[in-house]
Amino acid sequence: MNKTHLMLTALGLVCALGSPLTVAGTPQEDQATFQNYFKQRFPHVPVDDFKNGAYALDPVGRENWEAIEEFPPYEAAIDNGKTLWATPFANGKTYADCFPDGPGIAGKFPRWDKERGMVVTLPLLVNECRVANGEKPYGYFLGPLAEINAYMAYESRGQVINVAIPADDPRALAAYEKGKEFYFARRGQFNFSCAHCHMGNSGSTLRTEILSPAFGHTTHFPVYRSKWGEIATLHRRYKGCNEQVRAKAFEGQSEEYRNLEFFMSYMDNGLELNGPGARK
Amino acid sequence: MKFPSISRRRAPALILGALAITAVGVASEMPKIDLTSGDPAAGKAIAMDRSKGNCIACHLIIGGESPGAIGPALIAMQTRYLTKEALAIQIWDATVKTPEAAMPPFGRHAILSQQELADVVAYVWSL
Repeated sequence: MNKTHLMLTALGLVCALGSPLTVAGTPQEDQATFQNYFKQRFPHVPVDDFKNGAYALDPVGRENWEAIEEFPPYEAAIDNGKTLWATPFANGKTYADCFPDGPGIAGKFPRWDKERGMVVTLPLLVNECRVANGEKPYGYFLGPLAEINAYMAYESRGQVINVAIPADDPRALAAYEKGKEFYFARRGQFNFSCAHCHMGNSGSTLRTEILSPAFGHTTHFPVYRSKWGEIATLHRRYKGCNEQVRAKAFEGQSEEYRNLEFFMSYMDNGLELNGPGARK
Repeated sequence: MKFPSISRRRAPALILGALAITAVGVASEMPKIDLTSGDPAAGKAIAMDRSKGNCIACHLIIGGESPGAIGPALIAMQTRYLTKEALAIQIWDATVKTPEAAMPPFGRHAILSQQELADVVAYVWSL
């Protein structure tokens, strides 16, 4: 047992390792390690296919999914979102007044907002646009906010994830580190971290379900899950994951989930956005 | 005998960075449990029950429907655990022996009651 392995064991952490490793430092190094891990774990998967989640691994599931995509279950959400986008607020303004570059801007998010000292996400800004124009905020998990974001995701398809952690603000790095800690921390009565299922056991089966690789998780939200029977946001998915391990979920757009999204999106840098998606 | 799972083969370096700051739940010793009181039939029901033991979600069990593949197959258990107590400790909290184990600490986190744990031990011991 080498020193590193001993240290890992002593810390009681996720996933032992068979090969020597170095302690990662910078986000860039984390990202390379993370992406290389999945490239080596699934050498037959073309890198740009990781955006398709478990369907990149499972030919049978993929066939079903591709059949579903012929009449996408999220289509109504895109249409509703488009209508909502174009419908003026009571004050006569529209979302376009908040987002002058139009709806296809998902590739710019999440991003670090230096002035506010926090990670901002697109769903957060959409709701803030509503409030700034005297409208009531929507819920962050599903419903109209997910529909507007489905439309915006659709208009952003093909953009490449390119999350930056600005070097001139140490708080950005701290937010990233918090997201990373969240990702690897055990939680809940079941004592799982996100990584237990979606890194160390990705590609394996939980009963008959194939565990999707973490690389690519943020590309396709909001997502229509057949299990939900509706479209919902990434933070809704986080909530479900937390509750599945019998942990208390956080609020949509909480600092915890925004930082987690920041970390996970940074890990996905270089992948194409392909939301909204359809999943089981 | 050791059955390395997929999760043990390789892990990215960044895990270390993240986990160095992750506090590990304080290990608590398994209390004295009367393992002779275990009922294998009750244990089997718990092992197959999604809201209880749900062993089948991750472990192949002969005769169990649609097993998962995350943990090792539950076969020849008495060649792998020399005593029932050793098996019980593993189910109580797998991270005692294998700190990085994904398996939930069924005893330490009170996912199962002590009687349920004894039942599961009786069942798994019979496999």
